[in-house]
Amino acid sequence: MAITLTEDAANRVRTFIENRGSGVGIRLGVKTSGCSGMAYVLEFADEVGEDDTVFEDRGVKMLIDAKSLVYLDGTEVDYGKEGLNEGFKFNNPNAQASCGCGESFTV
Amino acid sequence: MALLQLSEPGQSAAPHQHRLAAGIDLGTTNSLVASVRSGTAETLPDEQGRHMLPSVVRYTEAGVVVGHAAKRAAADDPLNTISSIKRLMGRGVADLSLLGSRLPYQFLTGEHAVPRIHTRVGDVSPVEVSAEILRTLARRAEQTLGGDLEGVVITVPAYFDEAQRQATKDAATLAGLKVLRLLNEPTAAAVAYGLDTGSDGLHAIYDLGGGTFDISILRLNRGVFEVLSTGGDSALGGDDLDRAVARWIMEQAGIAEDADQGLQRRLMRDACAAKEALSEAESVALDVELGEGRRWRGELALETFESLIEPLVRKTLAPCRRALRDAGVRADEVRDVVMVGGSTRVPLVRRLVGEFFVTQPLVSIDPDRVVAVGAALQADILAGNKPDEEMLLLDVNPLSLGIETMGGLVEKIIPRNTTIPVARAQEFTTFKDGQSAMAIHVLQGERELVSDCRSLARFELRGFPAMVAGAARIRVTFSVDADGLLNVEALEETTGVKAGVEVKPSYGLTDGEIADMLKESAAHAQDDLEARRLREEQVEAQRVIESLRAALAADSDQLLSADEREGVEAELEKLIEIAAAGNHVAIRRAIEALEKHCEFYVERRMNASVRKAMSGHQLSEFE
Repeated sequence: MAITLTEDAANRVRTFIENRGSGVGIRLGVKTSGCSGMAYVLEFADEVGEDDTVFEDRGVKMLIDAKSLVYLDGTEVDYGKEGLNEGFKFNNPNAQASCGCGESFTV
Repeated sequence: MALLQLSEPGQSAAPHQHRLAAGIDLGTTNSLVASVRSGTAETLPDEQGRHMLPSVVRYTEAGVVVGHAAKRAAADDPLNTISSIKRLMGRGVADLSLLGSRLPYQFLTGEHAVPRIHTRVGDVSPVEVSAEILRTLARRAEQTLGGDLEGVVITVPAYFDEAQRQATKDAATLAGLKVLRLLNEPTAAAVAYGLDTGSDGLHAIYDLGGGTFDISILRLNRGVFEVLSTGGDSALGGDDLDRAVARWIMEQAGIAEDADQGLQRRLMRDACAAKEALSEAESVALDVELGEGRRWRGELALETFESLIEPLVRKTLAPCRRALRDAGVRADEVRDVVMVGGSTRVPLVRRLVGEFFVTQPLVSIDPDRVVAVGAALQADILAGNKPDEEMLLLDVNPLSLGIETMGGLVEKIIPRNTTIPVARAQEFTTFKDGQSAMAIHVLQGERELVSDCRSLARFELRGFPAMVAGAARIRVTFSVDADGLLNVEALEETTGVKAGVEVKPSYGLTDGEIADMLKESAAHAQDDLEARRLREEQVEAQRVIESLRAALAADSDQLLSADEREGVEAELEKLIEIAAAGNHVAIRRAIEALEKHCEFYVERRMNASVRKAMSGHQLSEFE
């Protein structure tokens, strides 16, 4: 399996990294918190860590630590709009349920 | 699922704990809201994709309307549609006469200290009107960001006084917003360009808005912007450029001066469109509807356009010159010029401003949005979305900071309750002829006398050349950084000699002690005033005594008879005696008496020095 991202998401990431002026890619991950168990992490990445797996799709490097990969394998990162709001979405096949707001999920 | 934003490494928030923050540019004509998302600061548009919100509020029976719809109704419902409310923020009823003639509203005066405007749904204050604008922008931000705002940074003009700033804060509170900080508009523009992270230096912010022009000279000192001077023209803006073009069209098309309102409005709109087109094109085709089916077609070349507006653009350079003079700096010392306001898109404006400051103006950020963008960046940091080392503390210094001056008096340089970080400077000079060093005694407290304040540090500025009293220019700069660390620097400006010291002013002071110091200051206010007056007169007496003694030693033999000299010396002794006693009125009288008695001597000295300067020269040399 792998981590992929849509063209929309890739374009956004490239723009944001360019605006920021530095960064090797983005870090995807999960942490245990939130109302439904797990929460997603989405950050700029400045360096590749020791236990990171690096996926590259559409010219964007995505870094994921070993622990998070279990929960995220097969995820597609998308970028979308909901009314005035816009941002990244994780289409995660591993997620069984998410809380009402969708900020956290369970597997 | 929820939409996620990219965070800085390690700064991912737990679910439902995002610290959402926005920057608001609360303008006279238009307002904007911006926020940092995925590391990028952007202004947020409404559902129709419009970024700017006209700062217009209309009160109707059905509710409050803010923005474009209110602006459209302004002509039909002028008494209930309020625009340019920013001009009234923090103003009292007494100030209205200065501004009122331009505002069409029905003001209620009566017993209120604050002017209130009568509308069909009741009376409203400027704070309430501003709160409506803020509420609209905050709602847009919350919808866009998907959550409640932790806080906002609101920009205000650098020249806003305490009352105007407080009114702006009150408006935010009324709108249910937490103000993280009020930020000066020019500072926000500088922050947007990241000038705050650059090296120390001078920056100019050139802000040509729709109806006003502002110029600010900022000095960046250890990451803190100090506003050195501001200037401008409150009746000169982009609208005046449009008016110049409209007048040209009227001449070309043979339209009478007293054309009807509708045609005049169309002309202004066409002129504005032509101005905007000429930012990119060499010429623009004009097609004006004159009414009754008649049209006028013509062409406006860039060259003609520039000749029309050049006098107006040049008019902005006079306030620039004044601002530089007030700041005591030269145009070529200014490192960057930030362009703010839509009219700075006009190439001629950029060219003339660039020539004036001898630098390429900064224009890469949309000049209409640059202030909001800077405010958003600041809001993001203050809300705690950045790594710790970039964290700015929002604080005030609890007690005034100052230095000791002659006579054991305290000259306050940073008054209490100033928000930090802050930097302030003041110039001092030498007291005695030939003085080549100066002791700087840094003090904290509200009392007037050194003995009643807390001593923080002492240092000496040494090694500047001996000059006559009053000739040395010693600039003492106090800067308090975000952590409350005070840095004091003294610089003799003609020679560049400097010295400094760093202290933590609140070190070892508990809140209780601070409160006691404040209480004492209030309790002793009258004594302090008397003491200050006495000390000031004693210092003045000392200065007169010193200079008279110096003069007597230099030339009394040639200029005074023995009798005259005795008389002068007797008066001098009298003053010395009175100065030692403690009555400031008596000292003042004695100084005046001595000066009167010595008038003849001063005159002789003057004549003697003129003779000396002119002897051996031809009269023609002085013409």
